Amino acid sequence: MSYPWANEYKPSHPAMVWLDERLPLPRLIYGAVGGGYEVPRNLNYFWNFGFLAGLCLMIQIVTGVVLAMHYAPNTLVAFDSTEHIMRDVNWGWLMRYAHANGASAFFVVVYIHIFRGFYFGSYKAPREMIWLLGVVIFLLMMATAFMGYVLPWGQMSFWGAQVITGLFGAIPLVGEPIQHWLLGGFAPDNAALNRFFSLHFLLPFVILGVVILHIWALHIPGSSNPTGVEVKSESDTVPFHPYYTAKDGWTVGLFMVIYSTVVFFAPNMLGHPDNYIPANPMSTPALIVPEWYFWPFYAILRAFTFDFFFIPAKLMGVLAMFAAILIWFLLPWLDRSPVRSANYRPLYRKFFYALVVAMVVLFWCGGAHAEEPYIMLSQLATLYYFAHFLIIVPIVSSIERPDPLPYSITESVLGPPTALESAAKA
Amino acid sequence: MAENADTATLEGTPVEGVRRRDFINIAAVSAAGVGGLAVVYPLISQMSASADVLAQSSTEVDISAIAPGQAIKAVFRKQPVFIRNLTPAEIEEANKVDVGSLRDPQTLAERTKEGHENWLITMGVCTHLGCVPQGAAEGEVKGEYGGYFCPCHGSHYDTAARIRKGPAPTNLVVPDYAFTSDTVVKIG
Repeated sequence: MSYPWANEYKPSHPAMVWLDERLPLPRLIYGAVGGGYEVPRNLNYFWNFGFLAGLCLMIQIVTGVVLAMHYAPNTLVAFDSTEHIMRDVNWGWLMRYAHANGASAFFVVVYIHIFRGFYFGSYKAPREMIWLLGVVIFLLMMATAFMGYVLPWGQMSFWGAQVITGLFGAIPLVGEPIQHWLLGGFAPDNAALNRFFSLHFLLPFVILGVVILHIWALHIPGSSNPTGVEVKSESDTVPFHPYYTAKDGWTVGLFMVIYSTVVFFAPNMLGHPDNYIPANPMSTPALIVPEWYFWPFYAILRAFTFDFFFIPAKLMGVLAMFAAILIWFLLPWLDRSPVRSANYRPLYRKFFYALVVAMVVLFWCGGAHAEEPYIMLSQLATLYYFAHFLIIVPIVSSIERPDPLPYSITESVLGPPTALESAAKA
Repeated sequence: MAENADTATLEGTPVEGVRRRDFINIAAVSAAGVGGLAVVYPLISQMSASADVLAQSSTEVDISAIAPGQAIKAVFRKQPVFIRNLTPAEIEEANKVDVGSLRDPQTLAERTKEGHENWLITMGVCTHLGCVPQGAAEGEVKGEYGGYFCPCHGSHYDTAARIRKGPAPTNLVVPDYAFTSDTVVKIG
C-alpha cells in the first residue's frame, strides 16, 4: 500500500530516468523494499523474521544450485556423490553443511514468524491472503525439506521416504496405488530418488514465486504492527529504507553469527548419524525420526494409537497430521475478535502461551521413542492443539473483554496527546 | 530544544567532523562487504577441478609393445595422448625440414627426450579447436606430411607432429613426461 505521504521514486541520473520510462523495475523495488514503502514506526524484533526467512530462502537456493552441480540422483552413486561433495569438491563440505543447516535455520525463522502471526493476529482482515499464502509456503517448505533429506540416500533418507510415502498408503481404497504412484515402484528406489531430486530443485522456485505473492499481498494493506491499530497518519510510519533496512541488517548480522557457529562448529548437531550409513532396504534403524522441524506433526501422527469410531488409528493419525497444518487456513475465520494484538487480549494471551507449551511438548515427543510417557503427553498436547484452534479461539474471541487500545501508533509510542502537548509547550 | 537543534544533530555530537553514526555506518557496511566477498570466494572456487579430478593428473604407460611405425592413444587428464614409435625414415624426414620455414619452429630433438629420440609423445588434441587428429591408429589418414591429420578443419601435422598446413596455430603440445624405465613413461 502506498500511503499518500509515501516518498515517490524520482530518478535523478538520466540513465535511470530512461530505464524508468521503459521498465520501471527500480521503481517497483523502491516502492516494495525501499524508501517508498511506509512502515509502522513501532515494529518490534518479531517483525524481522520475514526478512530473515527471505534470506534463508536465498541461502538455500544458492547453496542448493551449487550442490546440484556435484550431486548425482542415482541410487548407485547418490551416497558416494554426497561424500564426493564432502571430501573432493572445493568447499563442498561448506556448501553441504550450509545447505543442511540452512534448512534448519529456515524452519526456526519461519516458526517464529508464524507464532508472531498467532500472537499479534497478523492473519486478521484485511490480511487474510498474506496468511493463506504463508501457510502455502510452509507446506511447500515441508515438502521440499522432506525430499531434500532423501537425496543423500543414507539410512534415514531411505526410511524417511518409506515412512512418509507410507502415510499416503493409509488413505482408504486408493492409498496403496497412490503410494506406489508417488514412489514409481513398491519401495523407494531409483525412480523415487530421481523425481525427488527434480522436485527438490523445482519447489524452491515455486516457493520464491509464492513469497513474491505473499509480499505483494502484504503491500496492499501495509505491514501490521504490535498494537494491531491501523496506520492513521504520517507520524505513524517511517520509510522502509533506511529505517528497517538498517534494523533488518542488524538482525541479519546476528543471524549469520548464530548460523555460522552451527555450520562451522556443530554442523551435524541437528542431523542423524545413521544417515552416514548408505541406504539399506533390508534393515531399518532403531530410532527412525524425521528432522527436528517435523517433530510436532510427527508427534500428532503417532498420538493416535487407537481406532477412532470407525476410522482406523493409522488413517486417523495421518488425517490429524495434515489437519494440524490445514487448520491454519481457517484461522482468520475462527478468530472473530476485532482486536488483533494479544497485547490487548488478556484471555487469548493465556491460551496463546498454552499453545506454545503444547507445541514445545509436541516437539519433545516427536523426537522421542514411541513409548510412555511420550505417547500420553503427545495425546494431551494434540488434544489441546486442536481444541485451541477449533474451540478455544472461537469462544474466547466472542466472550473476551479486550483491554483499551491506544488511539494511534504514534500515541502508543509517545504517550497520550496531553503529554505531547505539554512537551510542545515546554 | 530549538536552539540545540541548530548546534547539534545528535546528543553530544558536533555538526562538524566525523560523527559516531558515520563511523558505525562505514564500519558496518565495510564488514558486510568483506563478509560478502568471503562468501563469494567458495561459491566460485567450488566449480574448479575437485580433488578427485586433480588426482588423475598423471598417467603411467607401458610402451614396450609399440613397434616402430606404430602409435597408441593413451589417456591423460581425460584427453588422448599420442605415443608414437618413429621409424628411422620418419625421423630423417622430420630432420630434413628447414626449421625456419615452420609456422611454429621446433626441431624433432626439442620435441623428444634425449636417448629416446624415436618416441614422439604429444597430446592428441588439435591446437586449432580441440578435435582429435587422425593418424595414430592403424589405417587412419596421416595427412600430407605423414604425421597426423585433423578432420575437423583440415590441419596437417608432420612426423614430428608439427603444424605444416591448415588453420592450427601451433604444433601438437608435448606434455610433461619422463621415462621411469626403458619401457614405462610417466605423463604429467
